[in-house]
Amino acid sequence: MSPLSGSAMARHAVEAAWTSYGRLLAILASRTSDIAAAEDALSEAFATALKTWPERGVPDNPAAWLLTAARRNVLHRLRHQEVQRGAVDALLLRVDERSDPEGWSTLDERLALLFVCAHPAIDEGIRTPLMLQTVLGLDAQRIGSAFLVAPATMGQRLVRAKAKIKADGLRFEVPDASELAVRLEDVLRSVYVAYGAGWDDLDDGRGLSEEALFLGRTLLTLLPEEPEVKGLLALMLFCEARRGARLDAQGRFVPLAEQDPGRWSSPLIIEAEVLLSEAARALRFGRFQCEAAIQSVHAQRGITGVTQHHALRTLYDLLLIHVPSMGVAVARAAALLEAGDLQGGQHALDALTAEDAHRYQPYWVTRARLYELRGAPSEQRAALRRALGLTEDPAVRSFLTDKLLALGPEA
Amino acid sequence: MQFMILLNESSAELAKRSDPQQAPVYWGGWNAFIGAMTQAGIIVKGDGLEDPSLAATLRIRGGKRSVQDGPYADTKEALGGYFVIEVPDLDAALEWAAKAPCVHDGSVEVRPVLRMPAPPA
Repeated sequence: MSPLSGSAMARHAVEAAWTSYGRLLAILASRTSDIAAAEDALSEAFATALKTWPERGVPDNPAAWLLTAARRNVLHRLRHQEVQRGAVDALLLRVDERSDPEGWSTLDERLALLFVCAHPAIDEGIRTPLMLQTVLGLDAQRIGSAFLVAPATMGQRLVRAKAKIKADGLRFEVPDASELAVRLEDVLRSVYVAYGAGWDDLDDGRGLSEEALFLGRTLLTLLPEEPEVKGLLALMLFCEARRGARLDAQGRFVPLAEQDPGRWSSPLIIEAEVLLSEAARALRFGRFQCEAAIQSVHAQRGITGVTQHHALRTLYDLLLIHVPSMGVAVARAAALLEAGDLQGGQHALDALTAEDAHRYQPYWVTRARLYELRGAPSEQRAALRRALGLTEDPAVRSFLTDKLLALGPEA
Repeated sequence: MQFMILLNESSAELAKRSDPQQAPVYWGGWNAFIGAMTQAGIIVKGDGLEDPSLAATLRIRGGKRSVQDGPYADTKEALGGYFVIEVPDLDAALEWAAKAPCVHDGSVEVRPVLRMPAPPA
């Protein structure tokens, strides 16, 4: 074998091992609460692998090799620090060396890593980025771009969050049953935020949404009995099923009500429906099952040809109790309008006087719809203009522009 | 905090200004964006700029003057306008920058405005 193909093979093996990143990091960090040190040790191990595997060949169990190397790096550092706490950790790590990275405890540790990232002591805005970096190994540049934050700023925030985990000695553990439901919602919400941040990635198809789906599936493996985990995965799959139908052949935005159900992915919808009905059997309703149920009603149009607006209305009433947020309030107002309840829809919109609502693009789109249904073109024009000024997505931008132009010039 | 958002437009975008077919959409987009910022009350000041072909760039090197037609560098993007906005932080400024019509074909640079230290008494 030529050295070149050997090194190509080794590089391929290192890349393949990258999929174990979150698993390995979880094992390393769970003992010391020091994510940053574990990351450094793991990166060093990957760097060593890139150097030595081409010469000495790829080990039989690359993940185990990387874990052992990373542990040695951690121990090396701890010896240098010579702090008492370090000595304890070093002992624990040595005990750890006997555990197998493929073993059941790994799953638990990875779950513990997700829980520590979504810990109440960690600022809510950094939970999802922290998860993306520690569990999936994404870099600050990529995470910053997804969340519209300068990469340097994102890097600093991640460092601060990790320092807090270390300083506060946050425990890497899966909370017990009494606390699980509350803490799990934080974890699920962070995963859903990641999915939403990737919603606009249309070009490469390997955006954050896919990573979020991966996290959702991982969670389901770790907590197969939790109905809300199934609810979240079902919700993401319903949305994913419609991804391709959001744009027409010319790349223009198509609103849900006008989408061709023939372009929705049936396998994804079926998978989502199965998950949702399994979740319902646990008789523990929650926010994500509710949102998934809303998507299920929309998906049923593919079979029945009609949208059950009254079912949607009931579900949105429920959702608003679970999630009293502006996004849900606006979505509920839109559902009322589509169900023909103009009075109720207007009332729901008028109730939102917060300054934030006025900077919220869907609020103005929904207002425009209200005026359209009322037959008030000049108010509709003004609302569309406000919506246009708050729009980022180019496809939505041209959709709104077309609507404005179709309204004709001001009277 | 004050930030300047520098709106770099592609030559294709700039050409839309005088194209009767595309001008309504072009100006409609900018009016909506500026309108939204105005409604939010964040604009400190700002202007659109005329076409870069009307620019002249001056340099003095070793006492020798040189005036050149056009902007400093002939690139695919040119400064089409600027705003100074008052927002809490860089995150908020980036959020507004993302809504600028030119961000899809050109770019938007967001820079904190330099705050001069108070002169010594």
